[in-house]
Amino acid sequence: MLKNKMALKRIDGRKANELRKITAKVGIIPNADGSAMFSFGNTVAIAAVYGPRMLHPQHMQNPATGILRCNYDLLSFSVHDRKKPGPSRRSQEISKVTEWALLPVLDLKEFPNTVVDVQIYILQADASTRTAGINAASMALAHAGIPMKNLVCSVSIGKLDKDLVIDVNKAEEDFKDGEGATDMAIAKIANSNKFTLMQLDGKVQPEVIPEMLKMANKACEEIYETQEKALKAVLE
Amino acid sequence: MSAMEISNLTKETLAKMFAQGKRFDGRKLLDSRDFKIEYEVSNCAEGSARVRLGKTEVVVGVKMAGDKPYPDSLDKGNLMVSGDFLPMASPRFEAGPPKFNAIELPRLIDRAIRGAEMIELDKLVIKEGEKVWTVFIDVYPINDDGNLVEAASLAAIAALKSAMMPALDKDGNVDYDKKAKDKLPLAKDIAPISITFYKLGDALILDPTREEEEACEAKVTFGISKKGKDYLINSCQKSWEIVFTEEEIAKMMQILPEKFDELTEKLKKFL
Amino acid sequence: MEEDINEAHEAGEEMVSSSEAKKRRAIVPGEIIVTGEDFLPGDGARREGDNVVASRFGLAEEAGRIIKVIAVTGSFIPRRNNVILGRVIDVTFNGWLIDIDYASSAFLPLMESPRFVNKSEMDQFLGIGDIVAAKIWSVKSKGIDLTLKGKGLGRMEGGMVFHISPNRVPRVIGREGSMINLIKDKTGCDITVGQNGWIWVRGENVDSEIKARQAVELVADKVHTEGLTEQVEEWFAKE
Repeated sequence: MLKNKMALKRIDGRKANELRKITAKVGIIPNADGSAMFSFGNTVAIAAVYGPRMLHPQHMQNPATGILRCNYDLLSFSVHDRKKPGPSRRSQEISKVTEWALLPVLDLKEFPNTVVDVQIYILQADASTRTAGINAASMALAHAGIPMKNLVCSVSIGKLDKDLVIDVNKAEEDFKDGEGATDMAIAKIANSNKFTLMQLDGKVQPEVIPEMLKMANKACEEIYETQEKALKAVLE
Repeated sequence: MSAMEISNLTKETLAKMFAQGKRFDGRKLLDSRDFKIEYEVSNCAEGSARVRLGKTEVVVGVKMAGDKPYPDSLDKGNLMVSGDFLPMASPRFEAGPPKFNAIELPRLIDRAIRGAEMIELDKLVIKEGEKVWTVFIDVYPINDDGNLVEAASLAAIAALKSAMMPALDKDGNVDYDKKAKDKLPLAKDIAPISITFYKLGDALILDPTREEEEACEAKVTFGISKKGKDYLINSCQKSWEIVFTEEEIAKMMQILPEKFDELTEKLKKFL
Repeated sequence: MEEDINEAHEAGEEMVSSSEAKKRRAIVPGEIIVTGEDFLPGDGARREGDNVVASRFGLAEEAGRIIKVIAVTGSFIPRRNNVILGRVIDVTFNGWLIDIDYASSAFLPLMESPRFVNKSEMDQFLGIGDIVAAKIWSVKSKGIDLTLKGKGLGRMEGGMVFHISPNRVPRVIGREGSMINLIKDKTGCDITVGQNGWIWVRGENVDSEIKARQAVELVADKVHTEGLTEQVEEWFAKE
């Protein structure tokens, strides 16, 4: 039986279903075809989109459609323990799931043999970095004028012992009491019930998963509003 | 943004313009763009700064870790400057092994800081012969609109000057959640700036935009600092195929101190 | 001075406000533009049940029953008959490979030059690094083919080329060329505007070329187009 969600007070004082302060800005890298910044509290992600552009080597080209190529990484000083520059297994995995999170809303058939490159970098990490990255990338792809069915919204849901919380920070990621911390990252197509990213670590009963997804839905509405505002600000 | 390489006719026109002392944005050949510096790019860094020089943007972070000293400097801390030309900053930057520019930039920053002895490495010993601090300076261009080295050197100075020592716990290991109250030990009033001269035809220019940079045929970067009243060249590297003449180099030696003073004045407003 | 009005203004989207102002508003992908069975989704829009929904980021425009989304950001999408400016990358045995700032390079066959060019003089006619104004005559998944047969096309001599966002090209040209002609008159420059965002200017001297470029960039950078002609005239008056 899960405790009363409303009564829970988190380490930083947030309610269970309360996001950290989110900010977004579009057009931060003039050289890129599209670019954006998204932050959950102290987690700051920037994304740059280049494309459609030529794809090398030639054998990777797809004559039926353009391809999406995502690259996610942490800047070395974005974390307390300096991360050596260069891709890690973790960043390669996140790059791939990010690609799968974004691809369903893109239509690249108009651009055979090309690539759309999405570069995501974390300037400052306080957990939920991949979700911040996807939110930034979604805006950057729209900004780049790529044909897109919808925006993609991403957020993390945590289970701390038996309590469900939205938008996990690092302190909560390290939570050790009771059943410890379970961390789930999701992404969905905005204003829909279609999920494009699902990753989870920890211990959780199957019947709790739908509850976690429901919590994510409301948070994604707020995230969508912020993304929409940041994009429209470019056209003012 | 366009990845198209510079055309013959633009190069010729730029050479004509420079020969007449003119530039697209109205600057004189040796005028620099205005720059802005912000701090706290990352609260996980011991120090970090972002420089915007025109549309060029570079971030630099300082991290420190406890390490073994190098065998030939057992009583000194270590300095390591690295960087990456992440593909986000320019359509020209590709993923994969670093091209020469990406290798050269951090090394230029490193030699200027080392030559000027800006960091008091002898004050970075934790246990002599066994454990010392390594200062990592990491440079990342965010948007390349020319003159990355200079923007990076300004950001490195700002990041170093704002850096705080991390605390050590009772076992002598770094406790990154606490910061000590001490600043990173730096030599008083030493701030080496790396300034690059570019050449097209017979004209020497400073602080080019990316377009101007792509037309140029030779460049030379000087790391320069001031100790008391004396200007000191701490590092120097010439790149690309075209030569510099003795007269041109003498001219640069006259321009450098003034330029250094001008940039230092602007820099002081942000320190 | 060569007559070099670019024919593209007829093919491009009109971004300049007209007296029959069409309703335009900022829209994000997936956002509902209008609801109703009568509306027809055009470029950049699609039907989802009762709604017409945006399929890209830009300005949603209702022109009678047709709903489209005008791209305001993003890279160049080549279309047949576009006049573009490109840079020669290579000279092959039967033509030239041209970088037109798109994902695939474009090919200009030897046969599409306006006069006979001997195989041995190909790189004197068009050499690597030269800028050429050409027309896109086919866009296939294998590549883009160009031709030089047309007014004002060919190798550009002297002057300079610079880049603006391709979406801004229609307003730089203006209604029936009004804006670009204003800039040409005030600076005395020859100007060729490529649909791919590359612009060539050549004047009597470097100062007039700089001025023409600054004027074009001024027009391209503004977010809104109302009163743009007056703003540009004022700018010239001040200079």
